[in-house]
Amino acid sequence: MTALLRLEQIACIRGDRLLFAGLSLALARGEALWLRGPNGAGKSSLIRLAAGLLRPAAGTVERFGRVALIDEAAALDAELPLRRALDFWARVDTVDGHTVDRAMAAMALHPLAEVPVAMLSTGQRKRAAMVRVIASGAPIWLLDEPANGMDDAAQARLVAAIAAHRANGGAVLLASHFALGVPDLAELDMGALA
Amino acid sequence: MLIALFWRDLRRAWGSGALWLPVLFFLLVATAFPFAVGPDAPLLQRAGGGMVWVAALLAALLPIDRLVRPDRDAGVLDQLAVRGVADEVIAAVKIGAHAIGFGLPLLIALFPAAALLAQDAGRVETLATGIAIAVPALAALAVLSAALTAGLKGGSAIGGLLVLPLAVPLLIFGAGMLDPAGRGAVKLLGAVSLLLTMIGPFAAGAALRGLRE
Repeated sequence: MTALLRLEQIACIRGDRLLFAGLSLALARGEALWLRGPNGAGKSSLIRLAAGLLRPAAGTVERFGRVALIDEAAALDAELPLRRALDFWARVDTVDGHTVDRAMAAMALHPLAEVPVAMLSTGQRKRAAMVRVIASGAPIWLLDEPANGMDDAAQARLVAAIAAHRANGGAVLLASHFALGVPDLAELDMGALA
Repeated sequence: MLIALFWRDLRRAWGSGALWLPVLFFLLVATAFPFAVGPDAPLLQRAGGGMVWVAALLAALLPIDRLVRPDRDAGVLDQLAVRGVADEVIAAVKIGAHAIGFGLPLLIALFPAAALLAQDAGRVETLATGIAIAVPALAALAVLSAALTAGLKGGSAIGGLLVLPLAVPLLIFGAGMLDPAGRGAVKLLGAVSLLLTMIGPFAAGAALRGLRE
């Protein structure tokens, strides 16, 4: 099996606190891993390490393919209508409008296409960020609390999107403090590492 | 993709109306100056050229809290980094967009400002040439200080102080072009502007990288 993401003997220090050390994980095509644990266990830090936004204090991070990331910031221009804000990232990712359309349909966001991003609720903004991830076409998804503020229907769509991505040979690293109900999911309890 | 980034920066600069603030500030200084020193035309003409340069520099530094910090807070810089866009490239695009977005209106505003300061046609031409040469360097300094201070609270106040020493050569040679004896000033201004514009993306890129740690 070809690995898309491989972390070996990673250590992470934030401030002067050692969050975790000697952590290794690998994600192959079609695999998903749930990072669970209480607040402050290092879930977000591990996601940022995997994304290359943080440098590990020790160990190596290897990515074999493009990465799509959700974190607490939606990175959508607040003054723009949702569709235009998403189109900006579509241009950056060089994907066409149909791909964005399909991704918006997957998250049921078409009714909000003309609404300014500033007017969206937390859950709607998470769905919009999810559209960006789906439309990017990147094989490696790094999702940091993607379901925060989402209602049950939106969570079901998120779970379906993750399943579709895995069926297409993508890998998902999912950080969440609660269970999302993703089937066939490996777990890593960050709370037990400290 | 770079074009998309460039247009986004330009749209945000012009669309929000915040861009006209530095230009308005520039005109305000030019309007206030004659009231402060009196309507003595020869004096205004002699001092006004230097005043235009000071106002242009301060106007360039005025919007620095808008240039990088909103993108950092919204996660846009992280998203670009995840896509493997080099920080130097982001900085270069931001410098280019700021140079166009702020430089063009500034050059237009220069003409009424120069009239208010009793500058004759020859001096207006010299001023316009000098400021056009200096605009990329001013933009580079603004983006650099914006990147350096994006992680600090109340950073924009420090930002101006940070790059002021770097901007002094621009002021000296830019205003020096107005002196009939300062014939080499335009070449030196060009050299300083080129140097700052070349260093800008690398220095600002390093500062952007530092924001993530």
